[in-house]
Amino acid sequence: MSIAAVPATVAERLSNTGTANALELRGVSKYFGALGALVDISMTVQPGERRAVLGSNGAGKTTLFNCITGDFLPTSGSIRFFGEDISEFPAHERIRRGLRRTYQISLLFTELTVLDNVYLACCGVSRGRFSFLRPRKNDALVATSEDLVHVVHLEDVKDTKVSELSYGQQRQLEIAMALSGAPRFVLFDEPAAGLSPTERSELVEILTGLPEHMGYIIIEHDMDVALRVSEYVTMMHNGAIFKEGKPAEIEDDPEVQALYLGGDDGA
Amino acid sequence: MSSVDQSDLAKVQGFYFSSGSSLRPAETKPQSGPSIWSAVPSGYWVLAVLLLIMPALVSDFTLFQIFGWTFILGMIALSLMFLGGYGGMVSLVQMSVAGMAGYMVAIFGPSAITDISLGWPWWLNIPLALIIAVIFGTLTGALAVRTEGIYTIMITLAIASAFFYFTRQNYTIFNGFSGFNGVLPPELFGVDWRQAKPFYYLTLFWATLSFLIVSYVSRSPFGLALQGVRDNSRRMSALGFSVNAHRIAAYAFASLIAGIGGILLTWQSAQISPGTAGQGPVIDILVIAVIGGLRKPIGPFIGAFIYVLLKTFAIDVLVSLGLSGDRFQLLVGMSFLLIVFFSPDGILGLWDKWRESRNRDPLTERSSGGLQ
Repeated sequence: MSIAAVPATVAERLSNTGTANALELRGVSKYFGALGALVDISMTVQPGERRAVLGSNGAGKTTLFNCITGDFLPTSGSIRFFGEDISEFPAHERIRRGLRRTYQISLLFTELTVLDNVYLACCGVSRGRFSFLRPRKNDALVATSEDLVHVVHLEDVKDTKVSELSYGQQRQLEIAMALSGAPRFVLFDEPAAGLSPTERSELVEILTGLPEHMGYIIIEHDMDVALRVSEYVTMMHNGAIFKEGKPAEIEDDPEVQALYLGGDDGA
Repeated sequence: MSSVDQSDLAKVQGFYFSSGSSLRPAETKPQSGPSIWSAVPSGYWVLAVLLLIMPALVSDFTLFQIFGWTFILGMIALSLMFLGGYGGMVSLVQMSVAGMAGYMVAIFGPSAITDISLGWPWWLNIPLALIIAVIFGTLTGALAVRTEGIYTIMITLAIASAFFYFTRQNYTIFNGFSGFNGVLPPELFGVDWRQAKPFYYLTLFWATLSFLIVSYVSRSPFGLALQGVRDNSRRMSALGFSVNAHRIAAYAFASLIAGIGGILLTWQSAQISPGTAGQGPVIDILVIAVIGGLRKPIGPFIGAFIYVLLKTFAIDVLVSLGLSGDRFQLLVGMSFLLIVFFSPDGILGLWDKWRESRNRDPLTERSSGGLQ
């Protein structure tokens, strides 16, 4: 594992990307009728920061992601992305500003090939997305797509329809699509769910090997994965932030253990 | 699977920083693109040659009435196939867009209704007609993309019906019930384009061109994005695509094809009237597209050929069986039912099934990749 790729301090990375916070949530709430899926969430993430969001099912983790990426709008509160207020932006405008996400349940184009999926992801944030002209042989986007396919080890199946891929391969494709274009910040929604142990360790290596300036938030149930790929942890419970801190602090916190690890005698 | 190769990450890192413009040397991607000869299935070459020498083989009636009409209806159905097959939007307004183009050619260009027709030259009235048809189709699209599935069908049917009733009741512009007759193609290059052979080649040219363009665009970023919108619109937004903008652009593109088809249709019968784009023809376009198959651009032309054959010869068949000739719609409907019942993907679906069963490996029960 190449932890050395991650610079020691966040301040070091800050110089790469400007001074504004990567993500700044102020009082974000989301109500479905009377149900508060998110209640008054405030959160600041610095550029290049790698953060894990933990919490039991229904804690509001995915809802938080949906509000940040604009899959649906929060009931109240504001969201800033690198200093810009994106609270009212439609999803595609947020994506074009360098925000990316993966989905918990793979949302892929099952009738298209692996390469086409990644190519589409690259097109979405490029000026050529309305082009009626087919890419030429040495098209930069096609080349980049092939590289991304290579990064997630899918080159053997790049011309295969996504519907014929295994579950693990589909998860890898999700990640390749989130890395396309020029992401400044990525939201990973349970990327390790359903992966084999080998695939998990591969995922950890992909995440730790990402360029330094690229921060991310990762939702992950597997503590082992979550704590290895993040430098800060936010615990959520019932739609609110329950505890924040360094991985080691969170791991040792008795309240967190009681809540998250359940009656598992604090192991 | 091996562990992550850090140099691969390094390779793409440049791209993370510099967005789309990071060009890597072209020679790192050695791709031997297939030549046009091997890329096109041999069946298409046989078909192309056959179509080119067709006038030497068949009668003028067949050329003008069967093939000419097939190509025209095929183009209008192709515009529906583009929206429905690639975009997942079943639009019933395509025949009305075609009708609009036909009306505009009659109004701006020459016709027998000299009170209304302006008689402008072809280089003015044809582009103008196409522009208005595209605007009409795009506006309809802008309304329709706010809906999904059955509601798209309903709203486009409503607009198609409105167009029919409006043209029937409006006498100042659309000349009401009787419409326009004597709408003839311009005598370009000294050719009378309504003669069977020239008309055959004229329609063949435009049908082939639209077929090729749709096939080409389906693999372009725009076409891929449209198929992405069809499969998963939410994900498309999460990739930075404006879903509705793409859908509306698809309507604009489809309207252009339908518009060209509409002008040819008007020239073929030398007239345009409300009935051209009435509810019957509007539904017929859907029937044609579904009979042929919505998945590939060749489907609508196959569907149109079958439809035209039925429409032309069903009466003769019925009469020879001692039945009343005016029941030909029954035969059309029955064929539609049978095809949809046995293959929801139309004739193309049947063809694919047959190809697959031929390539099936008896041991693994999986097709051995014979499908393209």
